[in-house]
Amino acid sequence: MTYLAKSPWIIHYDASSCNGCDIEILACLTPMYDVERFGIINTGNPKHADIFVVTGSINEANREVIQNIYNQMSDPKVVVAVGICACSGGVFRECYNVAGGIDKLIPVDVYVPGCAARPESIIDGIVTALGVLEEKRNKHVSSPMVTDHGHTHRHRHAEGGAQ
Amino acid sequence: MSKQITIPFGPQHPVLPEPLHLDLVLEDEKVVDVIPTIGYVHRGLEKLVEKREYTEYVFIAERICGICSHIHGQTYVQGIEQIMGLEIPERAQYLRTIWSEYSRLHSHLLWLGLFADSMGFESVFMNSWRLREHILDDLEATTGGRVIQGVCKVGGVRRDIAPEKLDEMVKGLKGIEHELQALTNVFLHDSSIQHRLKGIGVLSNDDAYYLGAVGPTARGSGVAIDLRETGYAAYGKINFKPVVEYDGDCYARCAVRAKEMFTSIDIIEQCAKKIPDGPVDMKVTGAPDGEFLARAEQPRGEVIHYIKGNGKKNLVRHRVRTPTFTNIPPLVTLLKGCDLADVPVIVLSIDPCIGCAER
Repeated sequence: MTYLAKSPWIIHYDASSCNGCDIEILACLTPMYDVERFGIINTGNPKHADIFVVTGSINEANREVIQNIYNQMSDPKVVVAVGICACSGGVFRECYNVAGGIDKLIPVDVYVPGCAARPESIIDGIVTALGVLEEKRNKHVSSPMVTDHGHTHRHRHAEGGAQ
Repeated sequence: MSKQITIPFGPQHPVLPEPLHLDLVLEDEKVVDVIPTIGYVHRGLEKLVEKREYTEYVFIAERICGICSHIHGQTYVQGIEQIMGLEIPERAQYLRTIWSEYSRLHSHLLWLGLFADSMGFESVFMNSWRLREHILDDLEATTGGRVIQGVCKVGGVRRDIAPEKLDEMVKGLKGIEHELQALTNVFLHDSSIQHRLKGIGVLSNDDAYYLGAVGPTARGSGVAIDLRETGYAAYGKINFKPVVEYDGDCYARCAVRAKEMFTSIDIIEQCAKKIPDGPVDMKVTGAPDGEFLARAEQPRGEVIHYIKGNGKKNLVRHRVRTPTFTNIPPLVTLLKGCDLADVPVIVLSIDPCIGCAER
């Protein structure tokens, strides 16, 4: 384990979630689940963050915000989609203002399904993300710059770029 | 006049887990104008009534918001039951009331924590959320879900609570009551908290009334509106008084929520004593034909579900007016003239729930 894996900082953004997963992410930070024991701290600054935790699905208004946060994070970075809405759109997938899961916009490394995702599974997802982070660091993976024209073909999710 | 500058607040901001965007127009350190932008969490779930049967739609209604999910589901099914003229079993009414009050407790504790965090009082944030886990444990044990319960259905509730469990729940609440009291004391009597809250963001009684404030935001300014007094579910058979404060500042709004937790515990206790035996659901046939405005008191204030059906399995229209949405005009008034450093505290003092407001 490197210094990075010992103290990964997360940044959380609520895309269009119902709050259920968001408050469960916050619950992870509080005494009952206490992810700080893994050195995990919730930060508001994308440049300080290693793990991008997104809840909810994408829509026209938040598309730009998600791209901005993702592009501002420095490499290596990992994206964790928390909740079924972030994974696929969930119960709202048929809504007119829901474009689908986060992976249509940015490359997602770890999926944490659930409605709402339980703190245990969120912690499991973030700990899994630590492994991915370590791997990316060792291989010097550079993440693509995400724009509205879809992310570059360097990534396996490239075919899912924004339409 | 000094030069005006505009500072964006949100949508991604560390103080709020949710995306609310405010453009703050500043003159020096003073906020002179606020332009709110919403729409980051809009999903358009009201239109889903056309694709889901009215009985399935309860699950969607509960997911309007993950914090007040039980009360959203309950208000929706109450509307449907009114249209269909269903007289649901009394035990189900009491169970709904108990779960509503548990939701209120968990929401208020969550808010107290976030509010403390907005003032930079980290240890109180942690303590509030630690106490909240007791509430969530009971919710999970009785409904199966921590934040989204899914117990309401048209015609009653899905699960019953055994009498022994009910006693245990009341004992548990009594057990944490002194801890809640200690937590409340910090909010009400700590001098540094008073410095941050007293006289900050004052909403006058008239403003609260005419701008349509609801819930603790209105009650903190002396407007005694509490929908629970209309007696829906089992509230008609319970004795309680809404908590009202008169100063209209952040401290008053905080005091209302802190004191309401004890009202909730009291209501749960009364329900546990009065709850009758019997079935918890009834058979429902047919489909709603007609329209109804169902109202209920959420942790954040009055919620209205407008439901219209035409006798088919799918409703024609479902419209929700949530408390945060009506509390945004008072918020804009509150923010004008305040210091930039007080903005997070004032924004949180109305307990914004953007997931609700934008749906």
